Amino acid sequence: MGRIWLLAASAALALSTAQMAAPAEAKTLKWGAAREIASLDPYSFGDTFTLSVLNHVYEGLVRYTGDLKIEPALAESWENPSPTIWRFKLRKGVTFHNGNPFTADDVIASLTRVTHETSPLKGNLPAYKSAKKIDDFTVDIEVNGPYPLLLNDLTNIFIFDKEWLEANNATLPTDSGKGIKGYATDNANGTGPFMVESRRPDAKTVFVVNQKWWDKPKHNLTKIEFSPVASAATRVAALLSGEIDFTNVAPLQDLPRLATSPDIKVLQTNELRTVIFAFNLKDKLFESDVTDKNPLKDKRVREALYRAIDIDAVQKRAMRGLSRNTGAIVAPAIPGYAPELEPRLPFDLDGAKKLLTEAGYPNGFSFQMNCQSDGLVNEEEFCQAVAAMWARAGLRPNLSLGPRSLQTPKRVKGDFDVISFGWANEPMIDAYSILIQVLHSKSGSGGVFNWGSWGRPDIDALIDKAGVELDASKRIPMMTQALKIAKDETLFIPMHNQPMAWAMRANVETMVQASDNKPRLWLTRMK
Amino acid sequence: MLVFLVRRVVNAIGVMLAVAFLAFMIFRFVGDPVELMLNEQATQAQRDELRARLGLNRPFLLQFATFAGNAARGDFGISYRNQQEVSALIAERFPATFELVLVATFLSLVIGIPLGVFSAIRRKSFLAQAVQFVSVLGVSLPSFALGILFILIFSVNLQWLPAFGRGEVVSLGGWTTGLLTASGRAALVLPGITLSLFQITLVMRLVRAEMLETMRTEFIRFARARGLPDRSIHFRHALRNCLMPVITMTGLQIGNLIAFALVTETVFQWPGMGLLFVQAVTFVDIPVMAAYLMLVSFIFVTLNTLVDLTYALVDPRLRQTALAGGSNVR
Repeated sequence: MGRIWLLAASAALALSTAQMAAPAEAKTLKWGAAREIASLDPYSFGDTFTLSVLNHVYEGLVRYTGDLKIEPALAESWENPSPTIWRFKLRKGVTFHNGNPFTADDVIASLTRVTHETSPLKGNLPAYKSAKKIDDFTVDIEVNGPYPLLLNDLTNIFIFDKEWLEANNATLPTDSGKGIKGYATDNANGTGPFMVESRRPDAKTVFVVNQKWWDKPKHNLTKIEFSPVASAATRVAALLSGEIDFTNVAPLQDLPRLATSPDIKVLQTNELRTVIFAFNLKDKLFESDVTDKNPLKDKRVREALYRAIDIDAVQKRAMRGLSRNTGAIVAPAIPGYAPELEPRLPFDLDGAKKLLTEAGYPNGFSFQMNCQSDGLVNEEEFCQAVAAMWARAGLRPNLSLGPRSLQTPKRVKGDFDVISFGWANEPMIDAYSILIQVLHSKSGSGGVFNWGSWGRPDIDALIDKAGVELDASKRIPMMTQALKIAKDETLFIPMHNQPMAWAMRANVETMVQASDNKPRLWLTRMK
Repeated sequence: MLVFLVRRVVNAIGVMLAVAFLAFMIFRFVGDPVELMLNEQATQAQRDELRARLGLNRPFLLQFATFAGNAARGDFGISYRNQQEVSALIAERFPATFELVLVATFLSLVIGIPLGVFSAIRRKSFLAQAVQFVSVLGVSLPSFALGILFILIFSVNLQWLPAFGRGEVVSLGGWTTGLLTASGRAALVLPGITLSLFQITLVMRLVRAEMLETMRTEFIRFARARGLPDRSIHFRHALRNCLMPVITMTGLQIGNLIAFALVTETVFQWPGMGLLFVQAVTFVDIPVMAAYLMLVSFIFVTLNTLVDLTYALVDPRLRQTALAGGSNVR
């Protein structure tokens, strides 16, 4: 009876909404994302996804192509008059969405804003020292030492209009500490292929095409309707019912079902993020029955842990056959990767037990394993699988699972023995990112993520040298060498490159999916 | 009456301070916002500096005192994630949640009361038994499962109703409503029913129990003896006497609905306060979490007070004692 009431009530209301089910306007792409962007201000929150959405509105001096090569955007060309000076020739005839012309002043104002001390994105431009206007279309950026990755960094530094910032009192970034919001938080004025038409947070943000875009558009969209749909099941339902045309986060467990639907196309590949296990290499374990020393400092023990992992089983069961197993800690698309880093130590349970016995732990030992429930793809599943495999080798891992916000502080403090860890090398897209932030010993400028004291002087020396080498043909082998040492010493256990999946309805003709998992809808065509 | 009100307000302030204190204790365990605010390339010095700027390295009691002081002036700061004023963020989301809760409450009364009356007076009939059985399902099915089921049937298979969102809304001086547009009304149906189903069964069972009780009383028998028609006995005499607990419960449940709407809101991507709160928890957005918890506790306290006052209005016996102080409440 209750059901009949409900049916009647919903049917009555449904009649008035017949137009809702009508087919979408031909060139409007309805994008259902997994979460909302933090703000319309690209300098307000250091979040890769927010930046990738805002890249449709704002642009940097340079940008990545669909296959992750750097190409000119608002800058036409660049040169190094000296090792610490980068001279950029700016593109002429570019206008902002409000009609203002793009000039050197805008670049200076933007760089000043993004490197201001309260800007959360300050770290995205670590080498920046100052910027100088040479003429209206030439800018010099000075860096605080020879620095090879300025272009990579600049792909994510979007350019604001100086007059617009000044007119709206937004020349400084917003500051959460002071509790003042800024005009750019809800308003946008960039040079990009799309303009913000309207925004209702958590509901819908509408982008319309910028007819005056300086570049020749490869897309044929007139409008993008961006809606966050947090619940994965709802997102899939919305895609099946045609309420959205595209999602950049298709849940892995639904891929088989989506792929069989005639109206849906699935794009699936592996992203840049490489998942590894990292160790606590301090003098003592955090939580263990071995209290006088740290067994993990013994390379044989680390190798035993490595060999005890049946990676194919993890791939098939925990990752649903979608991950790419690897023995390298960076993905193949990352400069610094080399094929010799790829081979894994084989799965060898007896060998693992033998190594443990050799190291003096024939009966294993207990240790704490810190994993997150909402961090990496299927992290809970693969952590549980690996914990079981280690138990089979005679070890006693204590799995601590919790949300990212809870686990991160423990990780930062070093309160763990083994952690699952993922690094995409974004936004830099260069192995220098993981080397300086993760592998380097903790120091003034590096090793922020070196939570388990796994740094080594020989690796540090190579990283420091690569950090000031401008010649890529010398720099990249140095990075490969550093990664090789880490591999030979089994400092980490590489696992896999994460799977990523996008799904779209059949009316989306072309969609460029790069392994950095950023939708570039200015390359999208619809039927 | 005045004394009663003053005592209530003092009570309320106490409750809210306690809630704020507890919330603050919890925040120390939800994680570190700084790790999420800065991106992967930030150095340790930048991280420490931001932490200091947000005041997160100060002693707990000092942080709490600052928060309570600012909150008393209505200043909840800005969201770490959205960089917008928290009060503005909540004001923007409140109409969505409120509209959803109103629709759910309306549905629960309009459907629940007649069903309750029906299953009380035809208690032996097959249909009444069936309603009783279905109502058990309504109480025990979690709303997220129900929401997904509805989406599957009405959005994916039948394509009648939208699976997510609020449709087009009309803004009336800062208050947004979806009731004035067709797509807005359509978007309300599924989340409204999902949220109200538990409520419907609650109302229904309450009305049924009360009706059964009342139907056995003397004055109903007298009414029968007087030869009044059944309809008049059931609805004018019996039902009226059952409504007190229904009013109480509905009032108190509005608070619950607002608080629990967050599950429904997450399933249907309903842009209300619950969704805001869930997002804030994910990103350790302490100002938003604090403000939300304060608001919800405020709503609870206010509703409790209002229900007590309504009691006094509906029940003449209570009114006598309440008005003994000589207030001019009417």
